[in-house]
Amino acid sequence: MAKLENPEVSPRLAKNLRRNILERCIEFGLLCSGIFAIFITLAIIYVLVSEAIPFFQHVSLYDFLTDTVWTPNYSIKHYGIMALVSGTLTTTFIALLVAVPLGTITAIYLSEFATHKVRETIKPVLELLVGVPTVVFGYFALMLVTPLLQKIYPDLTTFNMLGPGIVMGIMIVPYIASVAEDAMRAVPMAMREGAYAMGATRFQTAIKVITPAAISGIIAAYILAISRAVGETMIVAIAAGQQPNFTFNPVESAATITAYIVSVALGDLEHGGIGYQSIFAAGLTLLLMTLMFNIIGHAVRKKFAERY
Amino acid sequence: MVDKKRKHPKEIIKAESNALNFSYADGTQALKNINLPVYENKITALIGPSGCGKSTFLRCFNRMHDLYPGNKYDGEIILHPDNTNILDKRVDPIEVRMRISMVFQKPNPFPKSIYENVAYGLRVRGEKNKRVLDDKVEEALKGASLWDEVKKRLHDLAFNLSGGQQQRLCIARALATDPEIMLFDEPTSALDPIATMNIEELMAGLKEKLSILIVTHNMQQAARISDYTAYMYLGELVEHDKTNKVFTNPRKKETEDYITGKFG
Repeated sequence: MAKLENPEVSPRLAKNLRRNILERCIEFGLLCSGIFAIFITLAIIYVLVSEAIPFFQHVSLYDFLTDTVWTPNYSIKHYGIMALVSGTLTTTFIALLVAVPLGTITAIYLSEFATHKVRETIKPVLELLVGVPTVVFGYFALMLVTPLLQKIYPDLTTFNMLGPGIVMGIMIVPYIASVAEDAMRAVPMAMREGAYAMGATRFQTAIKVITPAAISGIIAAYILAISRAVGETMIVAIAAGQQPNFTFNPVESAATITAYIVSVALGDLEHGGIGYQSIFAAGLTLLLMTLMFNIIGHAVRKKFAERY
Repeated sequence: MVDKKRKHPKEIIKAESNALNFSYADGTQALKNINLPVYENKITALIGPSGCGKSTFLRCFNRMHDLYPGNKYDGEIILHPDNTNILDKRVDPIEVRMRISMVFQKPNPFPKSIYENVAYGLRVRGEKNKRVLDDKVEEALKGASLWDEVKKRLHDLAFNLSGGQQQRLCIARALATDPEIMLFDEPTSALDPIATMNIEELMAGLKEKLSILIVTHNMQQAARISDYTAYMYLGELVEHDKTNKVFTNPRKKETEDYITGKFG
């Protein structure tokens, strides 16, 4: 600041100094918000790990991963996380089976075929679907979708993974459609004109040129959808039953990791007890699963982005 | 064919626009009563200041304007020898684009390999035979003088090529389907002088096989490569004649002003 008072410094330089200080302040502010986000993530991981460590002192990692029964709150205790992982994977898989084709087709339609007016009408409606509370979706699965499915397949139990899986898929469609559509619309018009000028039809342009051009964005949409499905709680907690069950059969009832956490966390648990700690072990598993899907997704994305 | 041409100095008309008017969706009339022939195996250059309608005119030839709703054509563009009116609603624009290909201002290769870029037009036409595709791709790349540079990496992503190479790839892509007319919309404006020279040499060779219509901002380029030049201003065709005539002895004062740099 002494320089500011120095008469030899030109007013222009003084202005530069002030500008530099301001610039530094902004830079620092931005850095802080970035660090804050990282800090929160690290804090979550720290809590999960620190509570899970005593759990794993009790239960061997081998039992945790190979046992297929999960009964931490019963008198005969079993800690086989696979009973919960199977439920999570099955419901997620069903959801993706519904959401990926539906979401992708919606995105292609909105981006390449719909007129401006249609797009401006449909998009907000789709985004409204995102705003529906998941608890509503849960009852929708339990009271409407499962009874409908029972008409086709009478042996279906009231609590099953198929109904909530499908509903979860419907819930995710707007996520995929919206992100994938943004990616496709971001493809420069020159690319479309190039394809049309070659005599391609609209459909050929959309499938053979625009989709591959936007593929990394479309895969990002899928990754988002997977994370959303793996982490989804209310729908499966309400409509899939809360009984941990090692099965990949969608017509059976089962609990997902999230459903277990929510059901146990709501009961009276002794703080520091093994049942309490099991939540953190389950939470850590969930985090690692999401992380794994993200890493796979990024790798796939990179590979595709290079080929195309 | 060659002898016939020597005996008859009169050129063969490949396509011509008759009383062509065009307006955009917002109502602005971009072309006013354009009558212009495109001669076979010749390069016709369209010059004029920005906004004069030369690109708009070019894009009528492959019905590019159909992509944007509300655009209106009036008049006709006749494609010889079968006298098809390109602008007729009953004529399939895809059919038109298969006969008249286009190279754009900025190189716009598809997000595919070099090979697949060139094969694209053939695949769109339903060609599946690998040997036919291989041959056509090689021929087109040779035609665009790109073959020697890329023959060892045909399956690399097209984006890895330089700007000039990408533009030649786009020419190869347009060439692979044996078009009758090729439209160039300022094809060298995004390129450096050496790449520009390559493309110009390429066009001079291409006119042996097809007819070329090119929009250019660069008057020297028009003078260097074209056989005919059309000067457009405010949506109207001001003058059209043999290039050396337009550049040395223009009939209209406006043309002269533009060419000599007094205006534009």
